[in-house]
Amino acid sequence: MRVELRGITKRFPGVVANEDVNLVVEPGQVHALLGENGAGKSTLMNVLFGLYRQTEGEVLLDGVPTSFSSPADAIDAGIGMVHQHFMLVPVFTVAENVMLGVEPTSAPGVLDRDAARRRVLELSARHGLDVDPDAMVEDLPVGVQQRVEILKALYREADCLILDEPTAVLTPSEIDDMLGIIRRLADEGRSVIFISHKLREVRAIADTITILRRGRVVDTTTPDESDEQELATAMVGRDVQLVVDRSAASPTDVVLQVSDLRVRDERDQLAVADVSFDVRAGEIVAIAGVQGNGQSELVSAIVGLRRPTAGRVELDGADVTGANPARMVELGVAHVPEDRQRDGLISSFPVSDNLVLNLTGRSPYSRGIRMDRRAIRENAERLVQDFDIRTSSIDAAVGTLSGGNQQKVIVGREMSHTERLLVLSQPTRGLDVGSIQYIHHRIVEARDQGLAVLLNSSELDEVLALADRVIVMYRGGVIGEVSGDEATRDSVGMLMAGARA
Amino acid sequence: MTAPPAEAPAAPPPDVDDPLAGAPHERQPGVAGALREVALGLIGPLLAILTALIVGALIIVFTDPTTLEAWGSFFSAPGTALADSWDLIATSYRALFDSSLGSQRALARTLVQSTPLILVGLSVALAFKAGMFNIGGAGQLIVGAMAAAWIGITFDLPQVVHLPLALVAGVIGGAVWGGIVGFLKARTGAHEVITSIMLNFVALRLLDYALSTDTFRRPGRSDPISPEMPASVRLPEPIDSFRVHLGFLLALLVAWGAWWLLQRTTIGFRMRAVGANPHAARYAGMGVAATTVLSMGIAGGLAGLGGTTILLGSTPRLTGGFFASVGFDAIALALLGRASPIGVVGAGLLFGALQAGSTGMQAQTSTPIDIIFVIQALIILFVAAPAIVRTVWRVKETRLGAGQRFSAGWGAQ
Repeated sequence: MRVELRGITKRFPGVVANEDVNLVVEPGQVHALLGENGAGKSTLMNVLFGLYRQTEGEVLLDGVPTSFSSPADAIDAGIGMVHQHFMLVPVFTVAENVMLGVEPTSAPGVLDRDAARRRVLELSARHGLDVDPDAMVEDLPVGVQQRVEILKALYREADCLILDEPTAVLTPSEIDDMLGIIRRLADEGRSVIFISHKLREVRAIADTITILRRGRVVDTTTPDESDEQELATAMVGRDVQLVVDRSAASPTDVVLQVSDLRVRDERDQLAVADVSFDVRAGEIVAIAGVQGNGQSELVSAIVGLRRPTAGRVELDGADVTGANPARMVELGVAHVPEDRQRDGLISSFPVSDNLVLNLTGRSPYSRGIRMDRRAIRENAERLVQDFDIRTSSIDAAVGTLSGGNQQKVIVGREMSHTERLLVLSQPTRGLDVGSIQYIHHRIVEARDQGLAVLLNSSELDEVLALADRVIVMYRGGVIGEVSGDEATRDSVGMLMAGARA
Repeated sequence: MTAPPAEAPAAPPPDVDDPLAGAPHERQPGVAGALREVALGLIGPLLAILTALIVGALIIVFTDPTTLEAWGSFFSAPGTALADSWDLIATSYRALFDSSLGSQRALARTLVQSTPLILVGLSVALAFKAGMFNIGGAGQLIVGAMAAAWIGITFDLPQVVHLPLALVAGVIGGAVWGGIVGFLKARTGAHEVITSIMLNFVALRLLDYALSTDTFRRPGRSDPISPEMPASVRLPEPIDSFRVHLGFLLALLVAWGAWWLLQRTTIGFRMRAVGANPHAARYAGMGVAATTVLSMGIAGGLAGLGGTTILLGSTPRLTGGFFASVGFDAIALALLGRASPIGVVGAGLLFGALQAGSTGMQAQTSTPIDIIFVIQALIILFVAAPAIVRTVWRVKETRLGAGQRFSAGWGAQ
């Protein structure tokens, strides 16, 4: 299906989210929509999917002007959308999820599960999706859940697929699979809109790239015509450095010493098996690995959120195994958690309170049980300035900030109190180029000030850009260590896949 | 796929920088901002009350036999039906007003009536801020009142010692009863709604049992009524002509204290953090289990104090079932007050006035006392389902909604 957006403008009270956007998606093409968070990508797609009504402009499907008043209309017209946050029922099977809303029936009111199952099997075989129709969705890894979402769209016979940041939650190998699937869907004649801010993926998959900035189209190009640097510059609106500027590390004393650590996960499976390593002051050590190889459990055991079953964690030579998070903060350990919405912030609380979330018990933020609002406000004013947190006010609920700014709140808070060790888990996941660049810069700065930095990232580019040493985890153990100079996509990638160097 | 993402249509554009810049519900610092917040927050509840009074008026008309008869002959004498209805509504609501706020005596009755409602309402509100739904106000106020009654009956002390001791005992009794709920939740994960409901029954039976023992029964009598509380534990009425006991002042002080605790102390911050996001609270090194027990303990203590003010104030005897209904009214008024201490005071006064006025209304007109409970229920319905009020009065969505969040929180964790 040929999808054309002509002169789309979408205004909300006080803001223009999209202004005069023109976009043509040809059948058989993957059209990438590139832009930073807040550039208006999702709004534009929500207009196409019938969630919003445009203020001006029209949508043409195969040349016919069309208007949708709800997603149901859009689905009927053959548009399918896979949202960034999945819309699945966790306790239903794959087949049940796929048929939800358009259930086949054998008699009125009687579900025809077999028909649904057959259809799911057939679709997943045809498109190389490889999904078990009887699996419970909650048991599936994120990557597979995403395929279920795609199946849902295909089941409804979508001719145009909108994929909103489909790779944000995927591991490197899953990303490759996903790009393959997308290519195949396009080759069968569908039009695919691929929303992303990851330059490499966009260049790898797209036939046409449209770049949005501040709600407007700033450029339409192809991967052959533009390199990553040009795309980044167009997206951000100024020159960006994709390479982090840093000098060689000069590590000194050992700050963190982990010896023979064993950690079990929620299901009581051994997630970390006899891991030993150290981090010195003035260096960045990265833990690389495909997600789910024990990195999260290792980090939570180090910062006191999970009790190891064996082994030792030492900080500056003192045993801190099993100390609680509050104690670790007292000892000068800061932790930027992997899941910022869940662990790092209280979204209904104001920015100012979130900037002292784990520090309220200490001076100057409280005396006795009484909190010092003034000290909290002053701290917030300072950090908002220092970390360039874009918020209307320090009293605004932190949930109203964009993802990048929420992360800056956490990074700002953690860097404001760390004295010895800075632990960062996926510090730039889902962030735009500008924010990533900024946070990387601050991490290197923290190292140069003499902090020990432990970086847990499944983003290979990030590991390569920042690490002085790379520890690669595979199936709960350390499979190899590479120095920052020697680390390349290939050498680290091989280790991540389980091949010993 | 047919269901749109829940947050997408209602929320402002998620894809826009600072979507709330200049939006009406943005928080603003300072007194002006606070007043603005309060004013905006009042629109929903006020419209709910107004709507409930209007619907209540219709119910009054259509349950009154005389007026119904007049409506029966509407086509022959439409004026009579309308005039009769108007008369009935006007006299009923006038009587309601007169006997709740119309005179010094009426006002005093309203304030006394609202005292336990405010205290138990604060209990529900505080627990809610800590992420829990305290359905156990009834049980907690009973156990609190029992503890206070025991002090009152057993000891013979001068008032300066006896009264504070009885009040403290009431708080402790309630705190223990609430603390059990918190402990069970923290230790075993048992849902507080279930355990607090069950503990209500336990408290009621405990009271029945206590009233059958010599400790609590009047000497020489077999009916389940305790002796009257001695003067040394009664809450004094400081103004001679204005029959309001000190409990009302105490309730206002406690409301302020609850606000201070929640907003200005590290303990309150922890309670709110655990309530809003237990994962983040744990990450931030807060003891989630300890905070849960503490929150329910404080909530129980507030309810216990509420029960104690009834016993040491207006009704100085323990009887079977002792004012358990206050525990349930309190849930409703905490909802109306949007779980904020100041809101609870306002809602407590309103419910106090409705209940104080209802007897006068029944005495002066043929309108039954039950209509007050219908109106109370309607208020809650309209607060809990703001869409109804929104549609009727055509108000924008952003100004209503906190109440829905409260009631939608039912068992949501």
